[in-house]
Amino acid sequence: MSSFKSLKVRLSQGTQYIADLRAARPAGLRGLPVIGSAPCAEGCQACVDVCPTHAISLAPVSIDLGRCVFCNACAEVCPPGKLEFTTDPRLAGSTRESLFVTEGATGALQVRASQAFAKIFHRSLKLRQVSAGGCNACELELNALANVNFDLQRFGIEWVASPRHADALVLTGPLTRNMQDAVRLAWEAMADPRFVVGVGACTISGGLYDGAAGVDRGFLSTVGPSLLVPGCPPHPLTFVHAILDFLGVA
Amino acid sequence: MNTSVVVHQVDVQALPTLEIDAWRDDLSTALDDGQRAVTLYGRPLDDRVLITAVLQAPDGSLRVTRTQVAAQVGYHELTSQHPALHCFERELHEQTGLRVAAHPWLKPIRYQGQQQSAMNAYPFYRIEGKEVHEVAVGPIHAGVIEPGAFRFMCLGEQVHHLEIQLGYQHRGVERQLLVGDPRRLAPLVETIAGDSSVAHAWAYCAALERLADCELQLLPEVARAVALELERVAMHLATLSGLAADVAFLQGATSYGRLRTTAINTSMRLCGSRFGRSAVRPGGVGLALSAAVLPEVKKNLALLRDDVAIINDAFTSALTVRHRLRGVGVVSRAQAHELGLVGLCARASGVAIDARAQVPQGAWRLEPIAAQGSTEGDCWARAVVRIDELNASLRWLATMVDRHAPWEATRGPLGALKPGHLAVAMVEGVRGEVVHCLETGADGALVHYKVQDPSLRNWLGLAIAVRHNEISDFPICNKSFDLSYCGNDL
Repeated sequence: MSSFKSLKVRLSQGTQYIADLRAARPAGLRGLPVIGSAPCAEGCQACVDVCPTHAISLAPVSIDLGRCVFCNACAEVCPPGKLEFTTDPRLAGSTRESLFVTEGATGALQVRASQAFAKIFHRSLKLRQVSAGGCNACELELNALANVNFDLQRFGIEWVASPRHADALVLTGPLTRNMQDAVRLAWEAMADPRFVVGVGACTISGGLYDGAAGVDRGFLSTVGPSLLVPGCPPHPLTFVHAILDFLGVA
Repeated sequence: MNTSVVVHQVDVQALPTLEIDAWRDDLSTALDDGQRAVTLYGRPLDDRVLITAVLQAPDGSLRVTRTQVAAQVGYHELTSQHPALHCFERELHEQTGLRVAAHPWLKPIRYQGQQQSAMNAYPFYRIEGKEVHEVAVGPIHAGVIEPGAFRFMCLGEQVHHLEIQLGYQHRGVERQLLVGDPRRLAPLVETIAGDSSVAHAWAYCAALERLADCELQLLPEVARAVALELERVAMHLATLSGLAADVAFLQGATSYGRLRTTAINTSMRLCGSRFGRSAVRPGGVGLALSAAVLPEVKKNLALLRDDVAIINDAFTSALTVRHRLRGVGVVSRAQAHELGLVGLCARASGVAIDARAQVPQGAWRLEPIAAQGSTEGDCWARAVVRIDELNASLRWLATMVDRHAPWEATRGPLGALKPGHLAVAMVEGVRGEVVHCLETGADGALVHYKVQDPSLRNWLGLAIAVRHNEISDFPICNKSFDLSYCGNDL
């Protein structure tokens, strides 16, 4: 009886994994913004005023993906409709400066492979995730990387339970003061070579919690992230592209 | 009136400020008479503390009471008589420094403000004895999950007491909400508890709209409810997936997990975000269901209906699952009532409480969503109620989409907020009632924004549930509650 029910589940499950993660485009996603070259209305700064994280600057119009929470408010208020969010999930960068999308620029952001890390980790990378004020959206999306759809394990990339086993520390949240000691302990428990991945607007820039009372970003000023994955939260595919590019995996 | 969620507004000037003793007596009498504390909080006002309580009568109506008292004078605690107030009195003391005399245990809720540096020095409750041993877990856990510390005091394998230490996720949400234009807080509100973005955003918008005298048409109300039920479906699937993994029923883990993908991808199709971000906005709704995507949405809902039924059947009939969940982590009806548990955990213990059933109009009256509950109060009951709610939400969604789609995103203008008013809104999120209280000052600016995630009230329920259970059953107890850390820590 139970094996019959089990077979029914197996049959309904079918094949769930996304065969080509690089080619997948999530339908409906607010991903990479593109900024058209139509001229701004004289003196207009509606997008700047409406942005909840001060991610936009003018002349030329530029969006800082490290601050952007992809709320679409700027696109809604722009009179000439210069701003548009596409379904492209490729948003990541390896430096803070690489996360800016500027007027007239075309093409997705691309992470430059780290020769040093790629050589060591491109067949096997163990990740330890620590949330330090994350709202459980980034955490759920990172968890989803290991589900049957995304199956990041196919590349030898896996979550591990202990920082002792980890090559990279994947941080989410703006870094709260109450987690400061725990984050540092996790980092110190990791063996070299190791690096930090910053996930989501909160970790990259403080995001909506930039300057908030309970936040202390001191750790990030001593240990800079080697890879930055923007989003609020980032779609799992954003992380997939980021980490594969970083490790030089095709 | 179309509002589908509980909203209550009072003119602060017309609200009497009671003497502290009269206020305390009134509160205590009301609770004895079967009313329920929805929230209780305070803020410093000059050299005193202004305390606000929101009570709910059995008929669902809300009542606000107020008092003012010097912080060092305070009042004599009520937690001993009414344990459901424990979290409120602890938070009141932590946030305002108010003296709550003779309170049995003023343990900090989240270590905010000056307390932050003291967090690692916290003296956990101790039990003495030759056979007693302690197990400390956290704040960082073994999975991809938020931080929190658990300290088990065990006799052999049996948990005598579990103490839960939270606050690691404290960012300073409430203070951050007072920065900037109160009509533009939606993105911040959506990150209070990211897995309950829609519930929190709706509570914020409902309170704000009442302060601005803005009323929505029925269709945007339906669209908001669709966003909320999709969120509920997705999170129930996530929890069931985790619960199945924790009892090593791996088909459940993978199958519920991939079905969650379908649910959140449906949200993404409708509002651009897998977490319902931007689905609910002040004065309107960002969740559009166009004719173009309607066939895909119907297909997804049909797939969820069919495949959820198949895995539910396999999960609930598996002997291993029943054996692991039955009789484990029991919270009795009396305990649930006494502790003031809310949401699914309360309903699984026989306490019928659901904000969706407390409104005589709106989306859930167009098509009632069947109430679900149990009286067993164990992990099995919480799993079964979750499955029943999941099914009820899926049926409701299919009916509403059939009947009301297509619709467009809408946004009405939102005027200035009325000065000197307090609006309380309550939305039934996946874990229970999400309560937002917004108060304006004489100039119409916000003077206080109180946020309450249902997890604040339910964490103690988990601690009680694991008592006298084997420590190895803690993960399934924890998963059966599936509470929010950041929602508690703010």
